[in-house]
Amino acid sequence: MSILHRLMLAGAGILAMTGSALAQDTMTLDQKVNEAFANATGPFVSLIFSPFPGTNFPWIVMWLVIAATVFTLYFAFVQFRFFGHAIALVSGKYSDPNDAGEVSHFQALTTALSGTVGLGNIAGVAVAVGIGGPGATFWMIVAGLLGMASKFTECTLGVKYRNEYPDGTVSGGPMYYMSKGFSQLGLPGGKILAVVFSVFCILGALGGGNMFQANQAHAQISGIVGEYPGWITGIIFAGIVFAVIVGGIKSIANVTEKVVPFMGILYVGAAVIILAMNADKIGWAFGQIWEGAFTGLGVAGGMVGALIQGFKRAAFSNEAGVGSAAIAHSAVRTKEPITEGFVSLLEPLIDTVVICTMTALVIIITGQLVMNDAGTAFLLNDAGTAIRTIGDTSGVALTSAAFGAGISWFPYVLAVAVVLFAFSTMISWSYYGLKAWTYLFGEGKVKEIIFKVIFCIFIVIGASANLGPVIDFSDAAIFAMAVVNIFALYFLMKIVREELASYSARLKSGEIKRYEH
Amino acid sequence: MAHARKQAELIGECELIVLYVIEWSPFSFQTAEENEKRHKRREEEIAMAKERVVDPAVTSLKDAGLNASGLVRHGDVADTINRIAKEQKAHQIIVGRASDGGMAKRIFGSSTSNLVMNAVVPVTVVA
Repeated sequence: MSILHRLMLAGAGILAMTGSALAQDTMTLDQKVNEAFANATGPFVSLIFSPFPGTNFPWIVMWLVIAATVFTLYFAFVQFRFFGHAIALVSGKYSDPNDAGEVSHFQALTTALSGTVGLGNIAGVAVAVGIGGPGATFWMIVAGLLGMASKFTECTLGVKYRNEYPDGTVSGGPMYYMSKGFSQLGLPGGKILAVVFSVFCILGALGGGNMFQANQAHAQISGIVGEYPGWITGIIFAGIVFAVIVGGIKSIANVTEKVVPFMGILYVGAAVIILAMNADKIGWAFGQIWEGAFTGLGVAGGMVGALIQGFKRAAFSNEAGVGSAAIAHSAVRTKEPITEGFVSLLEPLIDTVVICTMTALVIIITGQLVMNDAGTAFLLNDAGTAIRTIGDTSGVALTSAAFGAGISWFPYVLAVAVVLFAFSTMISWSYYGLKAWTYLFGEGKVKEIIFKVIFCIFIVIGASANLGPVIDFSDAAIFAMAVVNIFALYFLMKIVREELASYSARLKSGEIKRYEH
Repeated sequence: MAHARKQAELIGECELIVLYVIEWSPFSFQTAEENEKRHKRREEEIAMAKERVVDPAVTSLKDAGLNASGLVRHGDVADTINRIAKEQKAHQIIVGRASDGGMAKRIFGSSTSNLVMNAVVPVTVVA
């Protein structure tokens, strides 16, 4: 550790010297690029994230929450009615032993989850609770529960309209259900939607699924070992990602696929331990969440402030309605498309209702948020924009401080977890971007490698530069995917209802049977 | 296999099933790209196991005048052998002792010992 540390410092010294010689030219170039990019994309970014007039409530969040509510009602609370069945599917109770060796429901679930569990669950929640107070947690849970229906809808369609190739490989995603589904229903415009979706998906993959992750991973590493140029992190990350997605080096993927879930369990486990240590305060914390949800407990914006933050966090964290999970689930061979839909509805539950809520509870219960002496309302920071915290922390630092208050060495584990989550999110998004790329440009080894190389180059860019406008734009692109995707889902949801009716009839009649293991 | 052949010759009228189990768990973690190609890989794994292990064994047993057939399955080795034994109404199981050994074995136990503990029919372990 200490040798590595010294090497890194030495490396940083050399780079600082060469870097300063180049700095004058590159700085201005960077700024020029930034400015040109910001000007070109600014209108698009502000359109996607623009609030309703007179409020600070972004319409895109409302778009996602309304869609989730519509799907919940349209499928008559499918996320609760088929919750038990989803668990049974994941645990393999309906898997034919003769199909052993094919992708299991459990694997489909964890693959899709690895793309969503990440920084949002750790840093994003801290931002939400820091601004919206404990009450934001309540609205986050509500939005998470509703989002389960959006996931169910998009993943069922994704699997139903995916492509099957002669060699037995399968792949698909929203672009395929848009083009195939619309033409099946005799509706025009499916192709156009699919192309627009694919363009946004590629931009989202390179941005939010790549540059943002690389950037945050670098911030975490340099926070521990000290400042050093970001392109070093970028090249190391790009090299590892390149080895996995281009070189097909199984051993690296093998390591991460075991370490990442372990990190997830460790994170939730640590949260549970901290909650157990403060068991006497759990009732109080839930009281705060409940009371804050409807009164705001004095946070900026009151109850509406809490609601906005909660909804926003849930929507940004579990990606329900964005269409990314539909791509992940389409890679699974299954006889019944709807079973993938059932499995996928567990994702917002695990991501938002469990992991995000754990983060929020730990922050609340360790007393990071400063209250007035009577304990009836929160004190705001000097700027009046967020709740005052012990040590004036926010984002990852707030989560880190909260966990550190319970388990002193945990912030180090957290840093490692953030880096690994960033890595697994990148691997997932490289796949989503690739599917959109091949939809636009056709399949083929060379075309695929071109995208993968571009993807790796963007990791270096993302880690090395502070490209604020680029990251704003790529976040906007991910949510632009949701605009196109949900629009298409409204037209296609009746197909899912037919599937649901047929499946539940066969489940009742015993045609779909359980297997003894 | 030599042992199985000798037994079969001594018993006379009997059927031998050569089973090859490819270790696989439904609860591992995979990337989307691996999921996409999983079906193809599975077919390849089965074809390879057949070609390299099972088919030559079945052929040599048949050449010796015995009634033999072959099977390839994915899954947990011990569970799968046991399940197939039940399915095929086998009277006994003969397995090799080969195991990875070392640390992994100390922690998880070998497939063979798991099988011996759980099997529904007598198990003969050969070197």
